[in-house]
Amino acid sequence: MGIEVRGVSKRFGDFVALADIDLTVSSGALTALLGPSGGGKSTLLRIIAGLEKPDLGTVEIDGADATRLNPRHRNVGFVFQHYAAFTHLSVYRNVAFGLEVRKRPKAEVRRRVHELLELVHLEQFADRLPGQLSGGQRQRMALARALAVEPNVLLLDEPFGALDAKVRKELRDWLRRLHDEVHVTTVFVTHDQEEALEVSDEIVVINEGRIEQVGKPDELYDRPINQFVMSFLGPVTTLQGQLVRPHDIEIFTQPVPDGIPAKIVRLQRVGFEVRAELDTDGSWAQLTRGQSEALNLFPGASVWARAARSRINIPLESTV
Amino acid sequence: MPTPPRSTLTPASLLLRAVAMLYVGLLVLTPVVIIMYRTFQPGLDEFASALSSPQALNAFKVTAIVALSAVVINTVFGVVVGILLARYRFWGRRLLSALVDLPIAVSPIVVGLALVLVFGPTGWFGPFLERHGVVVIAAKPGMIMATVFVSLPLVVRALVPVLEHAGMDQEEAAASLGANAFARLRRITLPSIRAALTYGVVLSLARCIGEYGAVLVVSNNIEGQTETAPLRVGNLVENELNYDAAYAITFVLMIVAFIAIGVSAWIRRRRVE
Repeated sequence: MGIEVRGVSKRFGDFVALADIDLTVSSGALTALLGPSGGGKSTLLRIIAGLEKPDLGTVEIDGADATRLNPRHRNVGFVFQHYAAFTHLSVYRNVAFGLEVRKRPKAEVRRRVHELLELVHLEQFADRLPGQLSGGQRQRMALARALAVEPNVLLLDEPFGALDAKVRKELRDWLRRLHDEVHVTTVFVTHDQEEALEVSDEIVVINEGRIEQVGKPDELYDRPINQFVMSFLGPVTTLQGQLVRPHDIEIFTQPVPDGIPAKIVRLQRVGFEVRAELDTDGSWAQLTRGQSEALNLFPGASVWARAARSRINIPLESTV
Repeated sequence: MPTPPRSTLTPASLLLRAVAMLYVGLLVLTPVVIIMYRTFQPGLDEFASALSSPQALNAFKVTAIVALSAVVINTVFGVVVGILLARYRFWGRRLLSALVDLPIAVSPIVVGLALVLVFGPTGWFGPFLERHGVVVIAAKPGMIMATVFVSLPLVVRALVPVLEHAGMDQEEAAASLGANAFARLRRITLPSIRAALTYGVVLSLARCIGEYGAVLVVSNNIEGQTETAPLRVGNLVENELNYDAAYAITFVLMIVAFIAIGVSAWIRRRRVE
């Protein structure tokens, strides 16, 4: 059950969008396809929806081969980055669309649409046109529209990408809660690692048309298999030829075993954290304000830095 | 569409305004005013009897049939080709796009002659069609074809930018919600191009009613049969030297054109809002 993608390849002219992708999305999970733009994640999502045809490979949805199936027969809900609202239809008619083309009885349509509008908190906007809604409201409407047909799979293509930071955050939390209620198999595309780490049960890191790593958010963060995954999932810096997380660098004012002597070049405060830039190959350490004050750090101070034990670090390849 | 701010009265803007007013006044307004004046100079009775003569009534009827048929064909063709050009990338797309614009560049007389060469009694298909009972030249089919040809780009060019701007998102959303191609056309595509389509149809109607050159060549200009309103005006002026009747018909054609321009301007303004 869920989604099975096997051996899928896709080219656009000379550009290889996807190269031999195998992926299993488990039923009922909330899965993020994470990667830089142009990496192929949207193409993969569109292939699952049937909006794009793979050159090679197969797609199975809930155990049935969907590779040659028209999008309208896949029973998939799709949410677009720019909402794709039906601009000439009211919010009510937008949400009702899938049910109306399925010729469901009027009373059932009305009941279901009101249920969904309640779910996405848009009951009082039923008669408005999409143009009269904010971006966040439009995207919630699009989500209700996609859920109305009770899809086997819900696919979201950068759903919060066009929204401002505060609304993004709210909608993200809201999507997580919604998924906990509805439990529909959900795949969403994002280039925002924080979004992926916060919302999803599982993350698929995609880069240059290939899957780099698949795993739970903690696994990917704590045990990235290569430099790309490590640097894409969070801040990184280098210390003695190792790629490390800046919050895993310990700073001492006395010599310590394995400690590297360095000078503090700059101290930068960002909210609750303090970034201490060192004079050794551009390393920086992330400290809390309390740590920085306890150590009595100042620009020019002599310190010893070392990577915290038992922490992940990856040897730098010579090419990087 | 942002409107430019109202400029202050600089000498340059005043000069430009004066030139533009003078130009449009001389070229457009003066002839229109003169025609109106000449139309009603002989009196309202003359005007009414000129319009109610059998030849005039027949000419209006022929114009209505030819123009409406051509507009219907143009609308269907325009929607199909507009969608094709805006949404699909295929071999020969640029060529098709250029061919759609060709009627703007080609003189209508040439269009008429070309149709005669193809469908006339000695043309390529003419004898074949005539054996099967279809007369094209000197009959309504040829007149409709000529009119369709000259007004071909008007609907297509009104639709393509709107379709391109709308993009594929709504279509794809509708498809994933279970709508088939026909349902998508009826529920999504047509409603979203409604204003642009009306605009194109109105322009096309105005052009079809006024067409003279191409229709003159293919119709053989037979009074009481294939004589359209513009042809009637030409015949009254050149052959019958009946200027009063010519002005009366011209006046009616002009009023129809004004209404068409008014409607299209109103649609455009509503679209901007």
